[in-house]
Amino acid sequence: MSMTDFFTLLLLIAGAFFYIAGTVGLLRFPDIYSRLHALTKADNLGLGLVIVGLALQAESLTVVFKLILIWLLVLLASASVAHLVARSAQQKGIKPWTR
Amino acid sequence: MEKLYLSIALLLLITLVAGLWRVLRGPTPADRMLAAQLFSTTAVACILLLAQAFGQASLRDVALVFALLATVAAVAFVCCAWPGIELEKNHVDD
Amino acid sequence: MTLLQWLFDGLLGVTLIWLAWQTLASADLFKAIVLFIAFGLLMALAWVRLNAPDIALAEAAIGAGLTGALLLVALARLNAVAAKTDNTESNRNAKQRFAPEDSVRTTAAVNQGFSNKQNLFRYSLVLMLSAVAAGLAYAVLSLPPEAPGLSRNVAENLYLSGVSNPVTAVLLNFRGYDTLLEMAVLLLALLGVWSLRRLPEQYDSSPGPVLDMLSRLLVPLLLLVAGYLLWVGARAPGGAFQAGSVLAAAGVLLLLAGWRLTARFLGWPLRFALIIGLAVFVSVALIMMLSGGQLLQLPPAFAGALILLIETAATLSIGVTLAALFYGSRPQPEQISARQTDSGGENE
Repeated sequence: MSMTDFFTLLLLIAGAFFYIAGTVGLLRFPDIYSRLHALTKADNLGLGLVIVGLALQAESLTVVFKLILIWLLVLLASASVAHLVARSAQQKGIKPWTR
Repeated sequence: MEKLYLSIALLLLITLVAGLWRVLRGPTPADRMLAAQLFSTTAVACILLLAQAFGQASLRDVALVFALLATVAAVAFVCCAWPGIELEKNHVDD
Repeated sequence: MTLLQWLFDGLLGVTLIWLAWQTLASADLFKAIVLFIAFGLLMALAWVRLNAPDIALAEAAIGAGLTGALLLVALARLNAVAAKTDNTESNRNAKQRFAPEDSVRTTAAVNQGFSNKQNLFRYSLVLMLSAVAAGLAYAVLSLPPEAPGLSRNVAENLYLSGVSNPVTAVLLNFRGYDTLLEMAVLLLALLGVWSLRRLPEQYDSSPGPVLDMLSRLLVPLLLLVAGYLLWVGARAPGGAFQAGSVLAAAGVLLLLAGWRLTARFLGWPLRFALIIGLAVFVSVALIMMLSGGQLLQLPPAFAGALILLIETAATLSIGVTLAALFYGSRPQPEQISARQTDSGGENE
């Protein structure tokens, strides 16, 4: 296995780990606000790692740019949508979980 | 390498299905709105891995459209979710 | 197929069936719509696994995004109508049906009311549907393992069609008549929706800064992706319907973020954009017929250019038609100018 393949392996496994962490958070956290954190932050980091891993294997520079475009788009969209969902939840009176 | 891509894609699909359980259970409609967010990140990674595994470059365009359309769906959720029915207060614990 | 592929496809199939059942069985309509959108997106993933990226693009755009948004707005309007009328018994029941939290109570109350005759009807329906499913399963299982259909004929004649993507060749050249009629049907659907009674506006008064910024950033990107899909449709998965539906998604996002057309664009420019696709298609068909060939017979020399022309017009039409279907009622100029002052935006 070449160095590139080895790095891709590492990055993909790290990405999958963050996805699993995000899903565990989504299932186990007590209220909508913390679930948003888990889903948005952890999953986006996982996506970033997966995309870097795939970019190492890409066959041309165009493909690398397309992958980075997808990642930036998902970042922008996730951040905005997380804000919108949290604001909508707060306007309807859902209070954050306190200990 | 193809085995690696496919196994990671399978892992991502399992996390997607697990996340859908929260969409089903989630007491408030806000939890259901997370579905679009979930697909926007997880399904996009899944499709990109499938694109690399089978060498089909067109699947990357599919991933791009997925990300865009999941966002539009999420905006539609937020704009039209709670239309005037009084929500029962504070289902904050599971 | 390797074990990993079997596992992937198996999990996908089981999840699809489970989602479909949950969508139909949930008493809360918002939950059902969210699950329907999730079902549509997973279905697009299934199309990807079936080696059909064109259909995956169309399913993700139309089946999940646009239809989901349409259903959500319909639900919002239904709830608004139910909340506005008097608090009579029927309306209280209607509110209960739409309320997010009362699912269990509503289903139990409804189930107790079934009589024996209705039970008999339901069971006979289940039997009939099981028979149909068994027939379908038998038909699928008795197919030969390799069933190429007409793909060999298409591959042999692809060089005559002017494009190198077989799906585009079939849609726009070999079976162009079907596509022409589909576009007519889409226009007729819009006419049908416009002939209904006008409904009042339902959205929030003003979008927050984040939604505004998101619409300003995403809509140009959506337009770019639509143009890209249109251009690349000649040699890779893409084409008029996919590009048109991404264009419609841009329109839907604009409408959701509070943008409205000014009165200047609501009359003839809107009508022009709606009919240009069908008009160009019919004109090309008639010109081909008048210049000696059959209806819709594209000469191989400039078939590629003609297909691109038809697809461009079709993209614009499909996008505007789907966005107008989402908006619902026919836009009235007086109403729009009243909203101009508080929405503050002006664009196309």
